[in-house]
Amino acid sequence: MPNIAIQATGLSKWFGEGEAKTMAVRDVNLQASFGEMIYIVGPSGSGKTTLLSLLSGILRPNSGIVTVDGVDIWSLNADQLADFRLNKVGFVFQDYHLFPRLNTAENVAIPLILRKTDWEEAIREATKYLDIVGLKGRADLPPIKLSGGEQQRVAIARAMSGQPEILILDEPTASLDSDTGHAILKFVHENVLNSNRCIVVVTHDARIYEFATRILKMEDGRLTGTESGVAAMGKG
Amino acid sequence: MKGILKLAYKLLVNDKAKFTALLVGITFAVFLMMFITSMFFGVLNHASANVVNIGASIWVMDPSVQAIISSIGMPDYVLDAVRSMQGVKYAVPLYSGGALVKLPDGAYQGVTVVGLDDTSLFGRPMLTEGKIENIYAENGFIVVADAEYEKLENPHVGSEFELNDHRGVIVGVAKVTVSGLFGLPTLYTTYDRAVQYIPNPRYTISYVLAEPKSPEDVQKIKQQVAALGYVALTKQEFINKNASFFVFQTGGGTNILIMTLISFIVGLSISGQTFYTFILENLERFGALKAIGTRSSELVGMILFQASFTALTGYGLGVGLCTLLILLAKLRLASYAAMITYPSLLLSFVMVLVIAGISSYVGVRRVLRIEPFEIFRG
Repeated sequence: MPNIAIQATGLSKWFGEGEAKTMAVRDVNLQASFGEMIYIVGPSGSGKTTLLSLLSGILRPNSGIVTVDGVDIWSLNADQLADFRLNKVGFVFQDYHLFPRLNTAENVAIPLILRKTDWEEAIREATKYLDIVGLKGRADLPPIKLSGGEQQRVAIARAMSGQPEILILDEPTASLDSDTGHAILKFVHENVLNSNRCIVVVTHDARIYEFATRILKMEDGRLTGTESGVAAMGKG
Repeated sequence: MKGILKLAYKLLVNDKAKFTALLVGITFAVFLMMFITSMFFGVLNHASANVVNIGASIWVMDPSVQAIISSIGMPDYVLDAVRSMQGVKYAVPLYSGGALVKLPDGAYQGVTVVGLDDTSLFGRPMLTEGKIENIYAENGFIVVADAEYEKLENPHVGSEFELNDHRGVIVGVAKVTVSGLFGLPTLYTTYDRAVQYIPNPRYTISYVLAEPKSPEDVQKIKQQVAALGYVALTKQEFINKNASFFVFQTGGGTNILIMTLISFIVGLSISGQTFYTFILENLERFGALKAIGTRSSELVGMILFQASFTALTGYGLGVGLCTLLILLAKLRLASYAAMITYPSLLLSFVMVLVIAGISSYVGVRRVLRIEPFEIFRG
């Protein structure tokens, strides 16, 4: 199946040992294809963020296999894994994690700079992505001068600038009001998702379920069910 | 790596408050280290003032002499023996001793008297006033116009004073390359007059100054002098001997070492702590960079670059500030005993690299330990 973006098999992760051992993810199997926008939902502490980290090469699982675009990512060494994240994955962190000492364009250009793109070229390229997210005029401003929604769009532009095959969004609407959150996810669904890209979103915001291709429900570290986005919205 | 270093540079300098605090810390530390070591080297240089000013190639002395100020008289036959040695072009006696001068207002002032060989006047200073041949005139003395000059009430040609109840007349005013260290004015006269005016023990030759026929003869002369029971040192060896005396016999070296260490610790404390705070405050950013795909080696490179850039900038500012202050001081006091030397520049440079190394080591340890997963967890 050539269009499989992410495949996880028997994925488990626990923290601590003995009596302090906590199972965060238990024997998870999942598959996501290019062109899909998958949501992982569930209550706090259900293991969503841990699962996201395991899938994106951030956190090493205790057992199980993750393949991304056919590559077993946990067989890679530290440098190869860093290169994998840089070249294949784009991250939008819950708190954005923008750099306050850099201007907006420089923030967006970070993945390009890390890929050794010439500085001026990276800034030019970053400005294009700022244009896509509707923030071209804000290129020279520091992130602190932007609103929450604008900062989220900068974070998305930064994740997009590396043209990753996998885009990871962790609680993208957590710090936004409902209208802004809805608009951001609509933007991602309409402008960022394409047949060569797989987007994985962790959220428990039911108001944005309409943009999901599939919604994977998580509880106590287990995947407990799968529904289409529209179906889930209907229940919400 | 160029783009990543530029990124590191912007993250550093755009945090103006932290960057300024870092620079102030390093600059202050470098300034202190430079100033203290410059003072020390200046003092050492001044301690050997007469060796430098007289300029003889070889100094023959009693083996017990520890520094030029503590000369031990040698019998006249030493001079004759040195003159007859193989490889010696010429040799002359030198008198160096202390005396009390009674000034016209009745006050007494200690002076250093240098008695030059009557025949050759070898080691004579450069005159700015008067003629050198007038040193042979009755009671003739030449005064050195250095920082201590005014202690003799700014004498000029024709000024009179008393030295051990002998009349003295200033016949010339001289300038020297290096001023003395001990706060005493210097008077030059002939050897014969010096030993005549100043009460002395049995032996009166303080040093025999010799010139070798060729540089290769120096070793041969040293051996012959040693066979005589005395010591022959080259000019640089005598300067080093004077330096060793002040470093190891007076406690000056220990004090300077302690002060330099204190400066280092102050610099390390300020800079290390500020840099560590800078790293802690940016830990999330470094974690985000790690999550995005920055290799550990690249993160280490960024931190080392930030630490080195700060250290080198602070070093430049510290050296500049120290130079400026010494220049300003010398405008007021011509013989101000401080000089910037290559050893003090090198010492401060090494110290500042150690500060940068320790500061970045602590930062690198923290950054390498951070898990990108922590960024996800928020």
